[in-house]
Amino acid sequence: MKTYAFAALIGAVAMTPAWADEEADLVVNGDLEITVRAPAPDHVPMSEVLSGWVFRSDETQALQMDDFDNPGMIFVDDAIETWSTVEGNAGESCQSCHGDPEKMAGVRPVYPKWNEEAGEVRTLAMQVNDCRETRMEAEPWGYTSGDMANMEALLASVSRGLPINVATDGPVADAWALGEELYYTRTGQLELSCANCHEDNYGNNIRADHLSQGQINGFPTYRLKNAKLNTVHARFKGCVRDTRAETFSAGSPEFVALELYVASRGNGLGVEGPSVRN
Amino acid sequence: MAENVTPRVRVPSEASAGEAITIKTLISHLMESGQRKDSDGNVIPRAIINRFVVDFNGENVIDVALAPAISTNPFFEFQAFVPESGTFNFTWYDDDGSVYEESKEITVA
Repeated sequence: MKTYAFAALIGAVAMTPAWADEEADLVVNGDLEITVRAPAPDHVPMSEVLSGWVFRSDETQALQMDDFDNPGMIFVDDAIETWSTVEGNAGESCQSCHGDPEKMAGVRPVYPKWNEEAGEVRTLAMQVNDCRETRMEAEPWGYTSGDMANMEALLASVSRGLPINVATDGPVADAWALGEELYYTRTGQLELSCANCHEDNYGNNIRADHLSQGQINGFPTYRLKNAKLNTVHARFKGCVRDTRAETFSAGSPEFVALELYVASRGNGLGVEGPSVRN
Repeated sequence: MAENVTPRVRVPSEASAGEAITIKTLISHLMESGQRKDSDGNVIPRAIINRFVVDFNGENVIDVALAPAISTNPFFEFQAFVPESGTFNFTWYDDDGSVYEESKEITVA
């Protein structure tokens, strides 16, 4: 009898909808509204797409609502310095071609995108490194390195609030299809696909964690658990590793395709980077 | 001087007399605890900010002793009464002897 009572109690605790205010709206610095709920794009079999911000605790949500409180903004400041720093043999900085970082508004929401000259789908990180190598004649950054994450955070921060809008057809169709296949492919000893958690079970708990839809509109993401910015591919690696599989490497064609596909699942959500998550 | 140390402070520019205002401070700093080892097994020496002081018009507001368990980029938020217009002075003391300073004016109407 006691056992039954105990079991019932556990059930009640587990079902308490918890700690997150899922109805809250994201307004940064009191004036910048960011879309965290949008009607699902046609290719997504869900009624609504939700930013990961919606699933976080009140305290974590609050951290992202003020740039002073958002620890990710420290890294944006670092990148602003890098932006105007001349590096490499060509004597160029980002600033010398692009002007102020604010001019890059609208770039983040459309990546990954097709690069006609190179004939490939490029992520923001690939484009940054291409700039560094061919225009600045500088050393490329590591794909998930701190420098790269900081620069991605700067580029995201100037596009905050703009809706994610990546292409899914035309020249990117093949990569997008590969990404979709990877999304639904079970991997590892646990035989889990992305969809098992982020499509079938978002809103439920995976142990102590509140599962989100796995949207990447908030990347790069400052995570409280490691006190630094985390890139999309590092997160992909973490997720695939957690299925107990050998992962693809950061910057691999598979992860680029997956990034394109996952980004397209969030078409309509606002750019948040650098977001704050647990 | 440690690398990439930038103090940041937010103080409202105006307040009414006797009002409790909220002050937020953040300093980017590695806060190396002295407990970690590098890949060769050598202890990475401790390098933290060990003291943080805020004064208003020469009068002390808070004086904090920081310990190695405090995280990277320490953030402090606190409230203060401002009786008159004046200047807040913020000072962070580094283990290596560096001192980082910042100040903010406030007008009391």
